[in-house]
Amino acid sequence: MHHVVLEQWSRGSSPVHRFDPRAKLVVLLAVLISVATAARGLPLFAGALFLLLITGLRFARVPVIRVLTRAAVILPFTAVFAAVSWLAGDPARAFSLTVKSYLSALAVLLLISTTPLPSLLRAIGITGAPPFLLEVAQFLYRYLFVISEEAQHMTKAAAARGASVRQWIAQVHRFRAAAGALAILFARSYIRAEDVQRAMLARGFQGSLPLLRVTKFRTSDTVFLILASLAPWALRAAAERALP
Amino acid sequence: MTPLVEVRDLRYTYDDGTVALDGVDFRLERGETVALLGANGSGKTTFVLHLNGLLAGQGTVKVCGLPVEKKYLPTIRRKVGLVFQDADSQLFMPTVLEDVAFGLLNQGLDAQAAADRARAALDTVGMSAAAGRAPYHLSAGEKRRVAIAGILAMEPEILVLDEPTTFLDPPGQRALAELLGNLPQSKILVTHNIPFATALCNRAAFFAGGKIIAEGSIEEIVAGFAWDFSPERSKSHS
Repeated sequence: MHHVVLEQWSRGSSPVHRFDPRAKLVVLLAVLISVATAARGLPLFAGALFLLLITGLRFARVPVIRVLTRAAVILPFTAVFAAVSWLAGDPARAFSLTVKSYLSALAVLLLISTTPLPSLLRAIGITGAPPFLLEVAQFLYRYLFVISEEAQHMTKAAAARGASVRQWIAQVHRFRAAAGALAILFARSYIRAEDVQRAMLARGFQGSLPLLRVTKFRTSDTVFLILASLAPWALRAAAERALP
Repeated sequence: MTPLVEVRDLRYTYDDGTVALDGVDFRLERGETVALLGANGSGKTTFVLHLNGLLAGQGTVKVCGLPVEKKYLPTIRRKVGLVFQDADSQLFMPTVLEDVAFGLLNQGLDAQAAADRARAALDTVGMSAAAGRAPYHLSAGEKRRVAIAGILAMEPEILVLDEPTTFLDPPGQRALAELLGNLPQSKILVTHNIPFATALCNRAAFFAGGKIIAEGSIEEIVAGFAWDFSPERSKSHS
């Protein structure tokens, strides 16, 4: 099974990985707000923040180039709006949209590549997000691997009998077969859900997922939270001051 | 002496009309390990799901003298540890330790006590090193061990294992047989694996058409129903 690469990165042991997820969540929020509301001196601020985020990635010991590439996934979505702004005679807005979306994606990636999703969800839960929603997200994440594994098995079984994804899409009768396979995958997922529920009930589940531990917020987490939250604002202030 | 499990005239029909159990009588005495044999669809899994109240059919099911009814379910689920056929369905928490502690926290243990008992259970099955790992990163054999640890942590009196050797290679099956053989609990094994059942069980019950149609030693059941694979028998049938 090909596990999601972000999951592998998030299980690292760098200093960035060890910071409390709650602190990292607050820092991410500070970065996103500073980026979203930036206007004057944006090119300079964006450049400085980009370097700061790369420094964070280096400290986290995750592959920088691969993260930078993955962050670019956001660009096709913003490119449309940027193109419209450009054509409307507002290239500054086009630049702003592109840069802000890319930097935001990079900041989010830095967080999720250094924090296992369960820890992240727990941190979000502490902020008051509905527990039911987070439990659904946790189960979705857990069984995404199992369901994608089943999907891979089905694809291999189809390939072993001469089918390919391209054929499935290109030819109508094969497209129907692909739709049928998808229905089977849904049915299997449903059966899996029933099995999981039985397994939970068999061990006394009473409606809420119990927590084994609550992580302690250390002094180093507080220091990180303050410094890392102030850093983007300091860079922004410096960039704005550097303008004539 | 009260049997650990006493089942009388148990009947169960699924919503689609399939009669899965059609009058099952069964007893499990303290210290016994019993194999449930029989063809696919003969009712074995449906039967074991009744033992901790996951299904409720007609008839009588008693565990340690307690009827399997809603008010006794928390107690009964502590006494009957059910290990499912597909370990992936049983391991749903983010880490191995959290999964093993799941049942303990549901019992009301505090986090520290639950973590300690979960670690001890992982130690019993030889999986201490995997405590912090995600369940989906484990091999099939490791998942099976962790699933058993999740049940052992709850200190049940009866272990019920549904097809425990599924997905396990022969060394994995051997290791599992050794592990189960060293556990003191009474056990019910649903299995098609005759060597595995022979290594662990002192009695077998044979299911057919939703009933137990024969009980006896593994050897008697295997001989009576030609319930094993051997090249010689295969040739004589061809």
